[in-house]
Amino acid sequence: MSLAVSGLGKALGGRALFADLSLEMAAGEFVAVMGESGTGKSTLLNLIAGLEMPDAGRVSLGEQSLAGLDDAALTRWRRQALGFVFQAFHILPHLDVRDNVALPLRLNGRTNAEARAAAQAMLDQVGLGARGASAPGELSGGELQRVAIARALVHRPALVLADEPTGNLDPDNAARVLALLAEQVRVHGAMCLMVTHSAQAAAIADRVLLLAGGRLQRA
Amino acid sequence: MRLLASLFLASLGRRRFATALSLLAVTLGVALGVAVSVVNRSALDEFSHGVRVIAGEADLQIIGPRTGFDEALFARVALAAGVDVASPVIEVDARLAGRNEALRIVGLDLLRSVRIQPALRPQLAEGTAQRDLFDPDLVFLSPAAMQALGLKPGDPLPLQIGLATVRLRVGGLAGGFDAGQRAALMDIAAAQWRLNQLGRLSRIDLRWAAGGDTPQAREALRQQLPPGVHLLAPAHREAQAEALSLAYRANLTMLAVIALATGAFLVFATQTLSVVRRESEFALMRALGVTQRQLLGGVLGEGALIGLLGGVAGVALGYLLAGFALKLLGGDLGAGYFAGSRPRLHLDWGASAAFLLLGFAASVLGSLWPALHAARAAIAPALRSGHNPAPPPIAVHHLGVIALLLAGAGLAYLPPVFGLPAGGYLAVACLLAAGVLSLPAVAHGLMRVLEPLPGLVFGLARARVAGASANAVIAAGGVLASVALAVSMAIMVASFRDSVDAWLARVLPADLYVRSSGGGAQGGLGLDAVARIAALPGIARMDTIRHEQLRLRAEGLPVALIARPIPAAGAGAVFPMREQRAVAGDAIWISEAMVDLYGWRPGTVVELPLGGALHRFVVGGVWRDYARQSGAILIDLARYRALTGDKLVNDVALWLKPGTADTALRAALRGAFGEQIEIGSAGEIRAISLALFDRTFAVTYALEACAVLIGLFGIAASFAALAAARRREFGMLRHIGVTRRQIGAMLAWEGALVAAIGVLSGLLTGAAISVVLIYVVNRQSFHWSMDYSVPAGSLAVFALAMIAAAAVAAFLAGAQAMRQNAVSAVREDA
Repeated sequence: MSLAVSGLGKALGGRALFADLSLEMAAGEFVAVMGESGTGKSTLLNLIAGLEMPDAGRVSLGEQSLAGLDDAALTRWRRQALGFVFQAFHILPHLDVRDNVALPLRLNGRTNAEARAAAQAMLDQVGLGARGASAPGELSGGELQRVAIARALVHRPALVLADEPTGNLDPDNAARVLALLAEQVRVHGAMCLMVTHSAQAAAIADRVLLLAGGRLQRA
Repeated sequence: MRLLASLFLASLGRRRFATALSLLAVTLGVALGVAVSVVNRSALDEFSHGVRVIAGEADLQIIGPRTGFDEALFARVALAAGVDVASPVIEVDARLAGRNEALRIVGLDLLRSVRIQPALRPQLAEGTAQRDLFDPDLVFLSPAAMQALGLKPGDPLPLQIGLATVRLRVGGLAGGFDAGQRAALMDIAAAQWRLNQLGRLSRIDLRWAAGGDTPQAREALRQQLPPGVHLLAPAHREAQAEALSLAYRANLTMLAVIALATGAFLVFATQTLSVVRRESEFALMRALGVTQRQLLGGVLGEGALIGLLGGVAGVALGYLLAGFALKLLGGDLGAGYFAGSRPRLHLDWGASAAFLLLGFAASVLGSLWPALHAARAAIAPALRSGHNPAPPPIAVHHLGVIALLLAGAGLAYLPPVFGLPAGGYLAVACLLAAGVLSLPAVAHGLMRVLEPLPGLVFGLARARVAGASANAVIAAGGVLASVALAVSMAIMVASFRDSVDAWLARVLPADLYVRSSGGGAQGGLGLDAVARIAALPGIARMDTIRHEQLRLRAEGLPVALIARPIPAAGAGAVFPMREQRAVAGDAIWISEAMVDLYGWRPGTVVELPLGGALHRFVVGGVWRDYARQSGAILIDLARYRALTGDKLVNDVALWLKPGTADTALRAALRGAFGEQIEIGSAGEIRAISLALFDRTFAVTYALEACAVLIGLFGIAASFAALAAARRREFGMLRHIGVTRRQIGAMLAWEGALVAAIGVLSGLLTGAAISVVLIYVVNRQSFHWSMDYSVPAGSLAVFALAMIAAAAVAAFLAGAQAMRQNAVSAVREDA
């Protein structure tokens, strides 16, 4: 499955972020997008996720075009096709680690037992197999981001969108988390589109793009 | 400092919804308390003024039973040492013929009364002579009576005395009565004659000569009085009226205070959640140099401002409510203590100030814990990026709960203090506090029980409530208080109503009851009338009943005396006996109030003032009575007649012969007596009695509804605050594929679960409080025992409705946060 973004246009507050932006990603590819603050990196992720609507252009993931999908259809598509890793982890504090990871599977209709078993397997893969029953408050920042990676991949999405996934981590933890993200994306055959300020983080990607002046270009 | 104050004020303004709900809660609590106090103060002031008007400048009054006493006493009193002037009085509540209302007629010796009640005198209409003051056909009406009855001088005023119609004419206005007082004045001799009171007096008002009021003179006067007739200061009658309604007023005030306590919970919930949300802001202020004390003062100041504004608004609203209540329900709020009175609104500065202060204190106390939390919070963690503020976990105090329960149980056994169940009230407070302290345990237990239930959205909500139990406990606190109040009152009222219903079935065994339509104590049915009834066809059995009042103690309220035939099977065959024993000698049977008020028990030998002499009786049993809270005595009619010579009867109970239609006997009675008797079936009397019962409790329902409303406000305010703080969580959920509808459903489930914690605790606490209300507060306040009865169906509906309402409130309160952009929510910290 591939990602195709073509002719994307988006203006915010009267200022054009992109006019004719295009991006192609192949199955299993890891792409990093860099750029200065305010150039629209995160907006690009939101447009691809269907969380914001473009003014022009189209986004397709495999055969599915986002054009014309209503909010409910976009939500259903997102829960099946996408995984997210955020800068601030966003792990639900009132669920234990395993239930946090199981959440996307439960949203996709898997039974609680199935979802928890799969979540446990995923936690084993990210090295947190022994922490399934822990409360998120008991984990370090690096561990929380590993939980977030497990949650992003547990339901086998076609595309993982990562927004500054190492922004809240120290360099050592950042390196470990990025390595894990890259490894897991590959293991699961997913694509990963990561936006970051960090050249060090971007270096792990197969391809690094620079967003500037509303266009993507190879860095 | 001004800058700091403006920061805290701005915070109140930012969370307008929560601030408005807190204000409303304090306002309602204060308003209810003020309204109850003002209505009662107005009624008591009106009554006291009425007593003072009629008593005039009397130093003392001689008062006997309802049927009065022999007028021969007057001559002895008037000549007693030290007495300057004595004025005989007759008072009759006469039924207005053709109208279903009575008019109090005061008969005075106009030549004597001018020296004691100078203001109280007839004003002759134009064209009438001075001698007309003594005209036995003339009656002089107070301006209020003249206006209410739509009469003018010269108009006929037919009165019904017993079965006879007495035709009087309006002679003019009677001066000196209070503006709202409906009464009439007559010459005493005319009143005694025309109102069938020959030879009787209701009262003698007297004034001492200068230096005449000595202990010896009082004692000498007392010696002159026959048994059952007492010497009283006019102020004592006002105190008696106050005492009669004291327990009812105290209980309503307690309900208002519990409503105010629920308001304090709401202030606590909103302030706690607000303080938690502002942790980073406070940490910054602390880092910049604001002291702990300044922070504490700022948060307490917010509570104080809410308390002050809510208190002032509550006092104003309280007077408005009191005005409506006086118009709608009367001075006794429908309880019947001041029947027929429609007092004007009186200012009650004491109660206004007290409830203003209580509202202020409730709000400040509700802010105390949040203020301490704000002042003591660690600075560094709250300043870190991504800090996720949450209320500190609330510890479970098992020992505290047990100690409070034991204290409550112990306090419930304390005797009343000045006639009020102070121990009972404190026990209720202990149980309520125990309920609040046990909330974390209930929350934990309930969430564990619900864990196996399926459903993703429900599971998320359950996990959220279980994981954030401090939030849940804070929000559930107000629900607990209001549900406990509503449940305890519902169980108490249901127990009371069921017991009254069963009691009515026992005391109304006959098919039909006949009563003379009016005329006060002398207005009963004579033996000839009774014989005419007995001669009517279709009657299988007939019992006659006489009602009288006895004054057993000068300082006590009159005790009802019920004289009726006691069958060979014993008094238990006609009255609902709680205790009974065979006794030798003349027996009487007493109501439960007599046990509490006079300490009489089965086997106690007592003396009753009957027929002007003391007679010895033995208490043969105790019966349940819901009609007379000052006590009642049952005596055999034949014995009563033998001792008093009183042959009148008030009620006739009739059992129909098989095959006789109720309507046929009614028609026969109407044919014989016209409209001068009242006829009612047992069912009709029961229905009227239960309607009166329900009216009495109408005010308590209003108070409960307010408390429940405040509890729901608490849920709404908590969820509005929590939902705003959870925008990032909702944003993340939307990213990973949770629909808006699912988030809405999750919020609704959370509201329902939090309410369920409060409702479950409220049900348990309310059930415990109802035991105190039934067996301690009611018994000590009104001397009524009742059987415990739980309206399970109604409580289940109420509990489910409360949970559903909370779900809707939580959904609506969180709707704003749900609508906001998922993208900006997760980026908030970026």
